[in-house]
Amino acid sequence: MPKLTVNDIEVDVEDGSTVLHACEAAGVEIPRFCYHDRLSIAGNCRMCLVDMERAPKPIASCAMPAGDGMVIRTDTDRVKKAREGVMEFLLINHPLDCPICDQGGECDLQDQAMGYGLDGSRFSENKRAVDNKHMGPLISTVMTRCIHCTRCVRFATEVAGVPELGAIGRGETMEITTYLEKTLASELSANVIDLCPVGALTSRPYAFTARPWELNKTESIDVMDAVGSNIRVDARGAQVMRVLPRLNEDVNEEWISDKTRYAIDGLRRQRLDRPYARGRDAKLQPISWDEALQTVAGKLRKAKANRVAAIAGNQCDAESMFALKSLMARLGSPHLDCRQDGAKIGGARSGYLFNSTIAGIDDADALLIVGSNPRLEAAVLNARIRRNWLATQMPIGVIGQDADLTYATQWLGDDATVLDELLAGKHKFAAKLKKAKRPMIILGMGALRRADGAAILGRSRQLAEAYGVVTDKWNGFNILHNAAGRVAGLDMGFVPGRGGMDVAGMAAAAKSGALDVVWSLGADEIDFADFQSSFIIYQGHHGDAGAHHADIVLPGAAYTEKDGIYLNTEGRVQYANRAAFPPGEAREDWAIIRAVSGAIGKSIGMDSLAELRAALCEAVPHFAMPDQIFPAKWAKFGGRAKLAAQPVTNAIDNFYMTCAISRASETMAECRRAQQADVAGTVAAE
Amino acid sequence: MSIDDRIASDQPKSFKFTAENEKEIKRIIAKYPKGRQASAVMPLLDLAQRQHDNWIPMAAIEAIAVRLDMAEIRVLEVATFYTMFNLKPVGKYFLQACTTTPCWLRGSDEMMRCIKDRYGIASGQTSDCGRFSLLEVECLGACVNAPILQVNDDFYEDLDYQTTGALLDSLEADAPLPVGSVVGRSGSEASGGGTTLAAVKSGKSATSTSKKRGSAHA
Repeated sequence: MPKLTVNDIEVDVEDGSTVLHACEAAGVEIPRFCYHDRLSIAGNCRMCLVDMERAPKPIASCAMPAGDGMVIRTDTDRVKKAREGVMEFLLINHPLDCPICDQGGECDLQDQAMGYGLDGSRFSENKRAVDNKHMGPLISTVMTRCIHCTRCVRFATEVAGVPELGAIGRGETMEITTYLEKTLASELSANVIDLCPVGALTSRPYAFTARPWELNKTESIDVMDAVGSNIRVDARGAQVMRVLPRLNEDVNEEWISDKTRYAIDGLRRQRLDRPYARGRDAKLQPISWDEALQTVAGKLRKAKANRVAAIAGNQCDAESMFALKSLMARLGSPHLDCRQDGAKIGGARSGYLFNSTIAGIDDADALLIVGSNPRLEAAVLNARIRRNWLATQMPIGVIGQDADLTYATQWLGDDATVLDELLAGKHKFAAKLKKAKRPMIILGMGALRRADGAAILGRSRQLAEAYGVVTDKWNGFNILHNAAGRVAGLDMGFVPGRGGMDVAGMAAAAKSGALDVVWSLGADEIDFADFQSSFIIYQGHHGDAGAHHADIVLPGAAYTEKDGIYLNTEGRVQYANRAAFPPGEAREDWAIIRAVSGAIGKSIGMDSLAELRAALCEAVPHFAMPDQIFPAKWAKFGGRAKLAAQPVTNAIDNFYMTCAISRASETMAECRRAQQADVAGTVAAE
Repeated sequence: MSIDDRIASDQPKSFKFTAENEKEIKRIIAKYPKGRQASAVMPLLDLAQRQHDNWIPMAAIEAIAVRLDMAEIRVLEVATFYTMFNLKPVGKYFLQACTTTPCWLRGSDEMMRCIKDRYGIASGQTSDCGRFSLLEVECLGACVNAPILQVNDDFYEDLDYQTTGALLDSLEADAPLPVGSVVGRSGSEASGGGTTLAAVKSGKSATSTSKKRGSAHA
């Protein structure tokens, strides 16, 4: 623990800290461009120069390890002059185009030029100009503005694991580019926009649409995957303009995936903004809310309780699921399910949670991934696995599809029976698991949605018990969900009740004509062809598969348009907040269900969101603890059946389109096209 | 200057190291600790350039990246950083003219003027005959014999307008002048001949040498 003096203030910092950290600990602000907490130290911008006693010249505080007894000053004339000098050099080639630059108002260079720079320039020669680079559909480049901090290069190489960005040339001809100007093939690529301290890399879809000071900023939670990334939703009026990451060390740190950031333009397209009912000509006709409620109520009143079912989609908030569950209970139907992909999970909580927690990935020393591609299913979480791998080179085995996960993996085969071999200790990877002190298993939906999913879950549990994945102090048994609403649904028991049917059972019942009404709460990924004989109520926000097959459409709110509780794959309770209002006549989902219950005459009570939340928290107490994880007790779960010798596939193969919002997003479609063009180009070149 | 301006527009489809160079590559990589093979990137780029008419095609950069388990952009970064690596074809005689302060003070402008007069080329260009390419470079590290012109691997020193012309004549005739100082001094000895250690040359005793050195200072 070195002890330093910064501007006469004594501070203790941890071993391995830098002088910059010490200055921050002393409450002294140090300007910087190239230094970033989560990237390696480059020390090339020179903005963080400070004076050190007995040093002949100012030192770069970001790169100088803090030593015991150092005496640092940041308020001397020399430091002031050094900062002004560095600033002047940086601005020599930086264009004076702030009024037309999207970074304006949130630009480090602008702010620091104000704080530490001179008011003029002594440079009267021509500034250099740099060609703009193509970096794909998300990143807009104005490379003349680049100050060569290399944050983007370090991010791509270290965090994203796609070493395609680099700095070519030297001196005045130095330029940041991708290799032969390929698209940056990463699911995390747009984070370089946040990292760029100037306006060289800005957001392409957001280009020239708003200034930061016009936006209403709402702290919320992402639902594009089950990581539950903390986000800030910036809206202007009713329109969500952009999504930015919010710091949460335990979840997403300060990154978000490209889908989280850019699927929001899907919120403006194909929206259900009024109720619809299927008319005589088999086409959806707009109707009033009154008619809609009466029709739904009529159908539900007529149908026998045993012939009514409810399916919750992937992005449902806990409140609306709880309301629907309460309604089904009032109707007396046990047929409800929140696992539209048919995943064989539920029951004991430890059997469907990411037990080690996301932050726990940092502690693992061996990893077995079964039926999952974390890079596509949880890109931010994958970056954590990569960081651990970079630091420890831990062995990582994969059962399922072999893919580039941005770290070295050992492919153990795509056959589920490999689990049996591992369990018997016959497989080579078994020794590596055995040797590990804190081994980890990540089980994906690709494996669990199979017919033998329960057996895979059971076998994985046995494996976990046999290989020390679960001990008193460590639980590395992890389920990686893809659906943001899944854990909340399972926690509150949005699963078949006594004698109830799951989604497959409902489909079979519907086919045989034994199901009269199906209520799809934002469920678009089921096969609606099976439900043709039933009356389909679709409640959701997009005109996707569900609405196309519905007999009646109840327009709901998307995740940015309602307050909602979401549990991420760890079971972490997070509260999302409304950033904008739903379009047209669309309403918050819980209120729609409440209204229907009233129309039937079987009110579920809960007249306000507060009442609903109170009831929800009474039923499932841990929902009342925001940002907490209610730990799960280890239990027996999973089946014992024989594993089918068929290949394990992944649940997601198109990262950019996984939900109604991202399927409606033009930006995501463009990303997909660019990705396919790149793949086609690579194949052609080979 | 985007990457397209830095590399040749006409690129060969593939690149393969010769068997001889493959052997050399093994020897070079073996010099570095295991897992640090990326350190061999500069010698490999040099080998590729020597094998491929004094310039490195992108195919070679990709081959080296695969060979050293590096990202392609990392190899390209190195190749574009050093002026010694050519990413475009150059003439048979690649002239690297030093114009850094000592050479400039000693008349590198004259040397450059001579080349310009003959071939009409400036830095980065190749003569019409295609045999001569010129590149203005930073210090070549032989300031004592300034100005310097490096022709492929060889240094020609003490050049002025006339001697540069004579050197280029000899290159055109494919009978290059002897490498080194064109005024005939040996090493970096003073141009008027040796002034010290004369005694050693004539075989006199060590004591008289020190005496001589003393007097030289006086």
